[in-house]
Amino acid sequence: MDKIDAVIVGGGLAGLSAAYKLADAGKQVILLERGDAPGSKNVTGGRIYVDPIREYLPEIINEAPFERHVVKEMITILDDDSSMQLEYGNNKWRKEPYMSYTILRARFDNWFSEKLMEKGVFVIPKKKVDDLLWEDGRIAGIKAGGEEIGAHIVIAADGALSFMAEKAGIRKPLEPQNYALAIKEIYKLDENTIEERFGLEPGEGAANLFAGSITKGMFGGGFLYTNRDTLSLGLVVGIDALIRQETPLEAYRLMEEFSARPEIKRWIRGAEQKEYSAHIISEGGIHGMPKVYTGGMLLAGDAAGFALNLGLTVRGMEFAVASGVLAAETANEALDKGDTSEAFLSIYEKKLKESFVLPDMETFRHSKEVLENKRLFTVYPKFLCELLDVLFTIGKGPKEPLYKSAMTVAKRYVLNWDGFKDIMSMRKM
Amino acid sequence: MNIVVLAKQVPDPEALVEISAGGKKLEIEQKFATNLFDEFAIEEALRIREKHAGKVKVITLGGGKATEVIRTGIAMGADEALLLEDEAFLDGDGYATALALSRAAAKEPFDIILCGRQAIDHDRGEVGQMVAQFLGLPHVGNVVKLDIADGKAVAESAIEGGKEIVEVQLPAVFTAQKGLNEPRVPQIMGVMKAMKVQIPKATLGDLGLSPEEAGLKGSKVRIEKYLSPKKRPPMQLITGEPMQAAAEAIRILIDVERVI
Repeated sequence: MDKIDAVIVGGGLAGLSAAYKLADAGKQVILLERGDAPGSKNVTGGRIYVDPIREYLPEIINEAPFERHVVKEMITILDDDSSMQLEYGNNKWRKEPYMSYTILRARFDNWFSEKLMEKGVFVIPKKKVDDLLWEDGRIAGIKAGGEEIGAHIVIAADGALSFMAEKAGIRKPLEPQNYALAIKEIYKLDENTIEERFGLEPGEGAANLFAGSITKGMFGGGFLYTNRDTLSLGLVVGIDALIRQETPLEAYRLMEEFSARPEIKRWIRGAEQKEYSAHIISEGGIHGMPKVYTGGMLLAGDAAGFALNLGLTVRGMEFAVASGVLAAETANEALDKGDTSEAFLSIYEKKLKESFVLPDMETFRHSKEVLENKRLFTVYPKFLCELLDVLFTIGKGPKEPLYKSAMTVAKRYVLNWDGFKDIMSMRKM
Repeated sequence: MNIVVLAKQVPDPEALVEISAGGKKLEIEQKFATNLFDEFAIEEALRIREKHAGKVKVITLGGGKATEVIRTGIAMGADEALLLEDEAFLDGDGYATALALSRAAAKEPFDIILCGRQAIDHDRGEVGQMVAQFLGLPHVGNVVKLDIADGKAVAESAIEGGKEIVEVQLPAVFTAQKGLNEPRVPQIMGVMKAMKVQIPKATLGDLGLSPEEAGLKGSKVRIEKYLSPKKRPPMQLITGEPMQAAAEAIRILIDVERVI
């Protein structure tokens, strides 16, 4: 059987980036995507940081149809009936090159795949890969719908639950604490209204993160991003935490309660809900990573567990692009050498270590345990809201001195042994 | 057995369609799909070829994304293709389209012409019949079963409340109805072949047509105006306990909407 140079499984950012680079190097590439088109199945919060990846794919990053460049960061801390909002802006974000953009993947991925086809990549949607082909103990292609496609190398970029990695026997068993559930809604709102409502100039965007009682003490939080003429609103909750709830609440109910909060309603008023989606996301950090290569195959993006939740920033797309490109470089060298053995492909890990991907995963190896602290989602939001409450409330009788009131609240919540431990644990991040 | 399939790329059922230019034009989102009924026609052609040998040729008319239907046909297994691409073909009605397609089909000898019973964009369901008329051939519509033997076809057509079985001498034109078959999903190798293929094209002159016989000029029917369908009334959400809410829903259906 004639073999194709490379088969890429999955048309998300990792797969698309890998295909682009391999096609650039003159290799014959088939990219198989399960959805109707690349971008149709994935769920992304909606924000990409381009500085880390510009050098990997300059033509793509510089021309891409992003939504808005983010100039405004907002954080909303919520208690049951109160909330505080912080807004941070910096004029440097208003100047090119922009640091980050909001993004709608259906639009972006589709555009990206058109670029691939111009380069001669065979992008084939509506194809679910069922199994791998093996030859001499090495992966030698894929099976899809009864058809066998031989390939010198397979790049598995099939997302957080990578079945390819499972079939290849290199993925660790799935553990609930390594995954979170993300729910996302898209609301249509015209461009001018978005700019007026969020205080933005044309083309500018805002990002708002939400934490506190909306996740009922569970690991997670909410997000809101302004796209060109839509808003992406969503919620992320740890699967482990969802399972362990004392009074089980369905995830969609959390989302309903979240979007009904006045802190959200003010943004989505008059907007029409267009989409509802949900997906599993990797949150395991470096502990959740499988082995990222084996004979005849490389893993990239979410399939390799390359995702990092640092609370204020949640990153996955930059890792997907970088690992996709590095997987393509590795594959290209392997194809030129005619050696796709596990030993040769180990240079992939070396490349990842020399890039920002593995160093970032390593630096923040403890971020998950820090963020898993339940107090971050219960005690601290309550503390902040109550603190502001005592400072702002004027009641009937004589008011206590402000310092005294504040100390009372602080002692109740944070000035204690647990608070001290929390501060100590923050040092790990 | 030479089989010609007339197929069309139509707006995706999910594409946004807006009426513009005071009702004269449609603005259609650039999302396309192969006309569902034409997929049945392509599939049937391939099955006939698999049984009786021969070749399958897919013909379409249009520019831009129109070629996608041909690529789909080739990916599924069609042997040949022809794209009728000419500015002069633009904005033609069913008559002008059928005239051009019939000329294209008749460029080579054939035994069977298959097409969908209608395109799901304008839903007129007229081109197949007119092609038969232009070529002086019999037409069997709404076909849900087709057997070919000894230069003849036995076809089952769906009719109101039942089926009609007819026998017809070949060559003939058949229009495919849902139920004829289950179109195959193209194989990866087929898709690759389709992506690489150079699609032969024919222009007005190649079909021996004059500009007066094609497109808007050659049309007998002109579109006067498009009108939007009536807007659906706003949704009403009934809250409360399921039992009470159901009772309230029934009350509205009986007393307010008077539908039961």
